[in-house]
Amino acid sequence: MANTATMDEPTRRDMLFIATGAFAAIGAASIAWPLINQMNPDASTIAAGVPVDVDLGGIKEGQIVTVKWRGNPIFVRYRSQKEIDEAVNVDVAKLPDPQADADRVKKAQWLVLIGVCTHLGCIPQGHDGPFDGWLCHCHGSVYDTSGRIRQGPAPYNLAVPPTAFSADGKKLTIG
Amino acid sequence: MIRLKTLGLAALLAFGAASAARAQEVKTPERQSWTFAGPFGHFDQAQLQRGFEVFRTVCANCHSANLLAFRNLSQPGGPSFSESQVKALAAEYTVHDGPGDDGAMFDRPGRPADHWVPTYANPEAAKATLGAAPPDMSVLAKARGYETPLWRSLIDVFTQYQEAGADYIYSLVALGYSDKKDPNHNDYFPVAGNHIAMPKPLSDKQVDYADGTPPTVDNYARDVTAFLTWVAEPKLEERKKTGLRATIFLLIFAGLMYFTKKRVWADAH
Amino acid sequence: MSGPSTYQPKSALGRWFEARLPIGGLVHSSFVAYPTPRNLNYWWTFGAILSFMLGAQIVTGIVLAMHYTPHVDYAFNSVETIMRDVNWGWFMRYAHANGASMFFIAVYIHMFRGLYYGSYKAPREVLWILGVIIYLLMMATGFMGYVLPWGQMSFWGAKVITNLFSAIPLVGNSVTTWLWGGYAVDNPTLNRFYSLHYLLPFMIAGVVVLHVWALHVVGQNNPDGIDVKNVEKDTVAFTPYATIKDSFAVVVFLIFYAWFVFFTPNYLGEPDNYIQANPLATPAHIVPEWYYLPFYAILRAIPDKLIGVCALFGAIIVLAFLPWLDTSRVRSGKYRPIFKVCFWLFVLSCLGLGWLGAQEPSGGYVIAARLLALYYFGFFLVLLPILGLVETPRTPPASIAEAVLRGKTATIDQH
Repeated sequence: MANTATMDEPTRRDMLFIATGAFAAIGAASIAWPLINQMNPDASTIAAGVPVDVDLGGIKEGQIVTVKWRGNPIFVRYRSQKEIDEAVNVDVAKLPDPQADADRVKKAQWLVLIGVCTHLGCIPQGHDGPFDGWLCHCHGSVYDTSGRIRQGPAPYNLAVPPTAFSADGKKLTIG
Repeated sequence: MIRLKTLGLAALLAFGAASAARAQEVKTPERQSWTFAGPFGHFDQAQLQRGFEVFRTVCANCHSANLLAFRNLSQPGGPSFSESQVKALAAEYTVHDGPGDDGAMFDRPGRPADHWVPTYANPEAAKATLGAAPPDMSVLAKARGYETPLWRSLIDVFTQYQEAGADYIYSLVALGYSDKKDPNHNDYFPVAGNHIAMPKPLSDKQVDYADGTPPTVDNYARDVTAFLTWVAEPKLEERKKTGLRATIFLLIFAGLMYFTKKRVWADAH
Repeated sequence: MSGPSTYQPKSALGRWFEARLPIGGLVHSSFVAYPTPRNLNYWWTFGAILSFMLGAQIVTGIVLAMHYTPHVDYAFNSVETIMRDVNWGWFMRYAHANGASMFFIAVYIHMFRGLYYGSYKAPREVLWILGVIIYLLMMATGFMGYVLPWGQMSFWGAKVITNLFSAIPLVGNSVTTWLWGGYAVDNPTLNRFYSLHYLLPFMIAGVVVLHVWALHVVGQNNPDGIDVKNVEKDTVAFTPYATIKDSFAVVVFLIFYAWFVFFTPNYLGEPDNYIQANPLATPAHIVPEWYYLPFYAILRAIPDKLIGVCALFGAIIVLAFLPWLDTSRVRSGKYRPIFKVCFWLFVLSCLGLGWLGAQEPSGGYVIAARLLALYYFGFFLVLLPILGLVETPRTPPASIAEAVLRGKTATIDQH
């Protein structure tokens, strides 16, 4: 009997210490979360990321228009037939990031891209580089007329944002 | 005896007249009962929606609320309009934006992300038209209060009284306009000898209530005060809920710490 | 922080590191093995509470600085954006604003404790003066922080406090112009206050390190005000004993803190500070933050500008001379019957001055403030020097161990 008593004592004591320690850990964790989460985009930033409309009427063939959406440049490119052909007549399987041109556009003449190099975030120069698409001057990534990576250090194609054309095809909504 | 009584009555009347003459004194608002008071305080969604109606049809004609965004009206802990309602509401307002590609400013329909569109572009414009610049209503409910004696303040910290601004606004618009002859007299207005630039803003049946709440000045005042409290403190509900959780946690934690401390110190003796 | 340590890490890596940078030994000797008197009461936990509050203020402050814009056109709205849009922003901002008040509540208790138990007396004079420096830095930090939301009280507080320096003869006006960076409190003022408000807490932290260092050299005072004679019998190790006791006190203090942050966040503030600063209109009734009110009352009690400002600063500076003003041989107020009465009257006079600081400066209020200010200075400059000579103190226990034992029998007797 005396034995059990001495056995009991440290156990109950340990339980108390464990419970206190656990509470301290929970407290620390629940104070850590607001400190971390406060750096996430705030409500006004999220709300301001609403879709933007682009009037396609004013864009000429071959022209690239840059609009801002969620703080990033969006390239809207009115491709000529030659540029479309260059984008389509490619052996997709041999590309660094294989993707068919048809999977990247909704209407063949309108190419819409997020204009941020997938290497380290610079903005590529349009109508530049050996593939008539874009050339990123920071580290030499080359994109074609479908915005796909062809040469250089960038691992992926330029990203395609969500888009929708209006019924009459004159207006493009990005986002 | 009778004469004495009459005398007393006369004295009382005279005293009453004297105090009527001193009616220029500022009245202290009576404390009202609010759903958002105390540790379990929360907003009454229907009341906030009615309050918004009053704000939009009456207050907003002169007052701005620059910190209020349309999107706030659909966020939790507020009037909780649906997102489509807010979208439609925002679209009713015209937002001055730009410059556009042609370098000119342009007008477009409002979006939920936009802030409340004031009637007057700036306080100066409001002053030019109205004679005085009405205060912005964004944090008005926190920017108003009244003098409290020390003993009352000491009790207030225990009862968590934080509704001085609400009580003041309610009293001002619902009860303060007591002088039938002077529409700019307000018993609760603390400066300029009770002379407030805003004439009595509310009257019965002025705003249509869709939910059948009686359309009286008293209800308007209560509802719009609740709404303004929410505008000033949109995270009030979240704050109080978090506070309850934190307090319960800390009480248990303190209890555990107490016993742990006792156990540890038991070895020291 | 108390000299070479005999600490030996258990692991080989620990020993390798310790031979190169003995930080483990430093921590061990300062916060583990450090002997603390057995008879400390809970008033001694406020040092830990203050350390915690300094940490809390720095952390929440860094977070707020990520979202705040120090510009007269945006400051007010950026604070409200924090309250509305930033994730947990309302919590950070209320925790920081009320944290300042909690910091001052704790520091006042800490100071009154030191005053009552004679913690400033030899050999702790430097420790005490470092504390006074921390307090001065805290006041400067708190004042500049209050300016940042750019409300009416922020603006007019800044204007009135900076104008105190215009009382300096000859160069006063040049000094205020220099402080403002203009001819009035304006954007340059806000920007420099922001910069300094960010800097000063780290200076406080630096002086706190010196404060703790000095404490660990001379050892803690205790309620009986007697020196440690036998480390074995009179003290316990800092860890776990003081650590756990301090932690418990911090948690209890957090309950108090949470009450304000979550339920009465604007109780200690002023409604007028929710009105954006207007350089053309002074609010009808301006008051500083509550923790400056006693000094504000002293300032207003004196009808002359220069003397008033001197009295205001003198009321703080006099604290630094306290170790030499008190002539008593006995440290702890516990054993000084007349001092005890004077001390509590002093506490009351401080509270009274605090209340008067918030009242209109007219009539009876001014007279009362003058009387209390007189007592405030009289306590330091007249009572303390004389009391030590004329008062007959009771005899403190011979040792801390005896004091602890005496305390125990007393409680047993009561049962």
